[in-house]
Amino acid sequence: MPRLDTLAMRVDRLTMAHLRINERQVDLTCADPTESLLRFLRRARLLGTKEGCGDGDCGACTVALVEADQTGAARFVAVNSCLLPIGALAGREVFTVEALANGDTLHPVQQALVDHAGSQCGYCTPGFAMSLFCGYYNGEFDDHVIDGNLCRCTGYVPIRRAAAALAKMPRPEDRFSKGLADRGRNSSTLETPVAGNDAPGGFLHPTSVDEALALKAHSDAAWFAGGTDLGVNLSRGQRLAPTLIAIDRIAELHTLQIADGYVRIGSVVPLTRLETELAGLFPALDEMLPWFAARQVKNRATLGGNLGSASPIGDLLPWLLAHDAVVEVRGPIGARELPIASYFKDYRKTALDPNELIVAVRVPRLDAIQAAYKVAKRQTDDISIVAAVFVLVLDAERRVRHVRLAFGGVAAVPIRALDTEAWLQGRTLDEETVGQASARLREEFSPLDDHRGSAAYRRALVGNLFARFVGERL
Amino acid sequence: MTHESAHGHVTGRAVYTDEQALPAKLLRLYPVQSPHAHARLLAIDTAPALAMPGIHAVLTAKDIPGENNTGPIVHDEPLLPADVVSHVGQAVAWVVGNDMAAAQAAARRVRVDYEPLPACLSIDAALAAEQFHLKPARVGCGDVDAAMAASPRRLRGEARCGGQDHFYLETHASWASIDGEGIVEITASTQHPSETQAMVAHVLGIPSNRVVCRCLRMGGGFGGKETQANAFAAIAALAAKITGHAVGIQLPRGLDMQMTGKRHPFLARYEVGFDHDGRLLALDVDMVADGGWSCDLSPPVLMRAMVHIDNAYHCPNTRVVGRIAKTHLPSNTAFRGFGGPQGMLFAEEIQDRIARHLGLAPDLVRERNAYRNGDVTHYGQQLADYELPLLWAQLKQRSDYARRRADIDAFNAASASRKRGLAITPVKFGISFNKTEYNQAGALVLIYQDGSIQLNHGGTEMGQGLHSKMLIVAARVLGVSAHRIQIMTTRTDKVPNTSATAASSGSDLNGQAIKAACETLRDRLAAVAAERLCVAPDTLAFADDRIAAGDQSLSFVEVVQAAYRARVSLAATGYYRTPTIHWDPAKGQGHPFYYFSFGAAVSEVEVCGYTGVHRLRRVDVLHDVGDSLHEAIDRGQIEGGFVQGLGWLTCEELRFSASGRLLTDAPSTYKIPTAGDVPQDFRVDLYRRAAAPTTDVIFGSKGVGEPPLMLALSAREALRDAVAAFGAAREVALDSPATPEAILRAVERVRAT
Repeated sequence: MPRLDTLAMRVDRLTMAHLRINERQVDLTCADPTESLLRFLRRARLLGTKEGCGDGDCGACTVALVEADQTGAARFVAVNSCLLPIGALAGREVFTVEALANGDTLHPVQQALVDHAGSQCGYCTPGFAMSLFCGYYNGEFDDHVIDGNLCRCTGYVPIRRAAAALAKMPRPEDRFSKGLADRGRNSSTLETPVAGNDAPGGFLHPTSVDEALALKAHSDAAWFAGGTDLGVNLSRGQRLAPTLIAIDRIAELHTLQIADGYVRIGSVVPLTRLETELAGLFPALDEMLPWFAARQVKNRATLGGNLGSASPIGDLLPWLLAHDAVVEVRGPIGARELPIASYFKDYRKTALDPNELIVAVRVPRLDAIQAAYKVAKRQTDDISIVAAVFVLVLDAERRVRHVRLAFGGVAAVPIRALDTEAWLQGRTLDEETVGQASARLREEFSPLDDHRGSAAYRRALVGNLFARFVGERL
Repeated sequence: MTHESAHGHVTGRAVYTDEQALPAKLLRLYPVQSPHAHARLLAIDTAPALAMPGIHAVLTAKDIPGENNTGPIVHDEPLLPADVVSHVGQAVAWVVGNDMAAAQAAARRVRVDYEPLPACLSIDAALAAEQFHLKPARVGCGDVDAAMAASPRRLRGEARCGGQDHFYLETHASWASIDGEGIVEITASTQHPSETQAMVAHVLGIPSNRVVCRCLRMGGGFGGKETQANAFAAIAALAAKITGHAVGIQLPRGLDMQMTGKRHPFLARYEVGFDHDGRLLALDVDMVADGGWSCDLSPPVLMRAMVHIDNAYHCPNTRVVGRIAKTHLPSNTAFRGFGGPQGMLFAEEIQDRIARHLGLAPDLVRERNAYRNGDVTHYGQQLADYELPLLWAQLKQRSDYARRRADIDAFNAASASRKRGLAITPVKFGISFNKTEYNQAGALVLIYQDGSIQLNHGGTEMGQGLHSKMLIVAARVLGVSAHRIQIMTTRTDKVPNTSATAASSGSDLNGQAIKAACETLRDRLAAVAAERLCVAPDTLAFADDRIAAGDQSLSFVEVVQAAYRARVSLAATGYYRTPTIHWDPAKGQGHPFYYFSFGAAVSEVEVCGYTGVHRLRRVDVLHDVGDSLHEAIDRGQIEGGFVQGLGWLTCEELRFSASGRLLTDAPSTYKIPTAGDVPQDFRVDLYRRAAAPTTDVIFGSKGVGEPPLMLALSAREALRDAVAAFGAAREVALDSPATPEAILRAVERVRAT
């Protein structure tokens, strides 16, 4: 544990807070650290970045954040600036649409949008330009690059054409790619001692778990990871806590370890990294992540954040339940391991003690038939009506040896269908059994009616998705 | 040529209403909103809010010096309610503060006492209580009762469609300032600057000549800023008047969705008579639109639905009665298609019902009922230049319809849990405002001595590319390159008495007005050039920035300078009114449309029988834009319109609580399509006319703003076709929007029969 005097020293140093915007150092000392980057930019008359919703759902405010990848190399990631309080950005670097063109010479992504008539009213266009900009340097050009950007005019077709044209261009070598190479490890936000802001309602940026726990114990503070959930509250002017402890600078929490029997996922690893680094290891994860959220959100959202907010509709939580994951936490009195089966207590309540910090999640690698399903009104970037993850092991006689049926959106917590699982155990999975299991599943929960879907529809989905799983995967 | 603002869009340099060099001290507004759908206002105590720091005023009904009304047709829309609130979220007062946060904080301190009253929150409730705006409207032809009685087959039915939020990316925005002479200048994101100007003048109790409204560009409009911008502009102007400071407003998304009107939900009850081959003999339709709390544009929206109930099908005996339900919900308004989509949805519903009832292919029944050139619609307009049957046949061939139909039938026979569907639907959409007097436009063109040109017209730019097309028109008439022309901000002090940029008529009306102005200037310049070249003026050609007679020519600039020296005016106005149209609203008969825009689309879908989730696999569109003024812009309208229609028909669902609160007031809960919803295989072709048109539309083009939205009805009918494949039902009811839940419900019904 760090001593209090070193803590005090750190807090003092935090007053020297800066943010680099378009390669210019901007002083944050007098800024309200809970103000969103979007509003900060607009007050600074960088008006290209637009507010379409302020909730992280439209992408009009997309900017490029310089991030370190797993090798320590700098890269651009697209983020929603409306969800990023500037206090969380001390010491970081962002690029906005104003940085792209060189005088009257457009950046290739801008030129492609012009050439393919990719703008009509133009209000969403800077956001698309920034998403494509990040995609351009990361070699990503499919719809997932832009599925966090809403356009009401074009129907996306010309923007897709612009992306396709960019994909055919040679790997860029320009001032931006050179800049990234120059930043290299030096700019790795994981290792740089980072300044923050100690104003009331400010952000603290510990660089170790011990330090984070000490800060939490000595202040009325809330944890702040990617901010994709809490950022919405801040954007809407709601206060969260007098102090926020940003945990995204703690290197230990960024580790992603792939072992023989399991993977261990650091609690602040952005989901985009799971998508790339765990590809192929968990079929159900591979199926869920493309529909989890838009790119901008996945670049910030974390598994720890998912577990911390413990939403009944958190799409990765059924995956953890179906895999009997273990949540590793640390607190003032030491480390604990919480089995996921007993982690969720009630609506957004967990077994976590308020002063504990989720450090990592261990997920066993299973040799099992598995699938993930998400049903929503819109297939991309929507909140589940019902999400389901199924894991099944059959013996040679098609008898159920092991089964996990985990759901989101059907109860106050992410939940397994324990009764149906128990009923299935040992049974031969023939057509009649599947029919009966589906019927049981329909009765196992008492979901709510809401604007996303009726209780009847949710019950139908719970049963039907299992039938679909057996029908399509076995 | 690219979109005139394309560089501004991609660089972020294009400026919107709330982004100009705003006055240093610009106060901000925030509303005090009603928590009740219907309640009597007993008292408003503004004192606690006024005591807060940074607060300049709290505006209530008694602060309005002029008329407390912003209703565009009927004067039933108080800007601020004096005695009764009529929907949840309605502003009962506006707080004026140093910034929005201060105004918002103070708005929470305004104490309002209400006496809740019974609320009417749906079309059904309004029908039960007989709560309507205005009298029923009627349109029809023939002897419906006799023809119905004589029809060998008859069906009765009911269909509904949901509303739609505009979800323009730029929410409503306005700001107002008052100069030393007391002239009110209002900058607004409005599709109708002249009406915004008039409403501001009414509310302030001053003549229109003391108000200027300007609109730079909108971040999307879609009809949502045709009337709905007026109230926000008026409140900003009122606040400026009362505080003496410039005052601005840009609504946060949630407020925009809660406070503004949307596409009208509709209910239709019908009886249709037809023969054994599916040919329409009689149609009797009772239509009800949910107008919301005030009339707004509901009467013309309803009328457009009533005159599009035929879509592209001929029925010799038709009776349509339309009513506007008066509900305690936000007042529904214009939205791309303006009632047309709702009327045509019912038309397609009826075609499909007839086909499945008779066991015939829906495309065959549609063909049997198709209008031919010279047919007369149920509102008395004879069809001219009617090439839709030709277009239809071409699209069927290009889309390989017959082979794909067979492939899909084979796929469905082999698949129990997934079914595919295919459908082709037509679009015939009348172009012109139903209200005849709106079909006029003006322009003002100024040439300066250096040969540069300023172009002013009454239309507004909301992304549809109007300004780009207008540049093309002016450049073409004057024979100059587009870079010579500066398109100006739309202002009511440059071109007065303009119509809304709406009804797909922006290019038609303003283009002709610009052409007229430019022709006046061209004729004046021709006289000057002719004298210098010693030729007759009518032998001159204007092209490539030169004015030529045979092999001798003068530069445009030379001639402009010569004209100035010869004291020839270099400024001209242009004016246009659409010819031949007339309409008798009492009889529901006339020739309301100058011409029709045509198109057709083929959609192919796949539906999951476990979840009701669908995927749009392929879309083929053939659409008639005449001689396109700008192909990339027209394609953009077609693709974008289709996807917007697709959203209305599939994923966009407005849900209200039992007390009338909008539950889907953010993009987290209200889902417009994303790129992932758009088929990878999306083929759009422009139709090439077989014969020259008999109308004179600007350079042979056709209006394209709204019609493509209704091409998306093909996706809805394809979904119905896929649902039908889950059973052998002779009727396939499908709710709209066809969300996964609605589709699964439809599948279960089909499986149960």
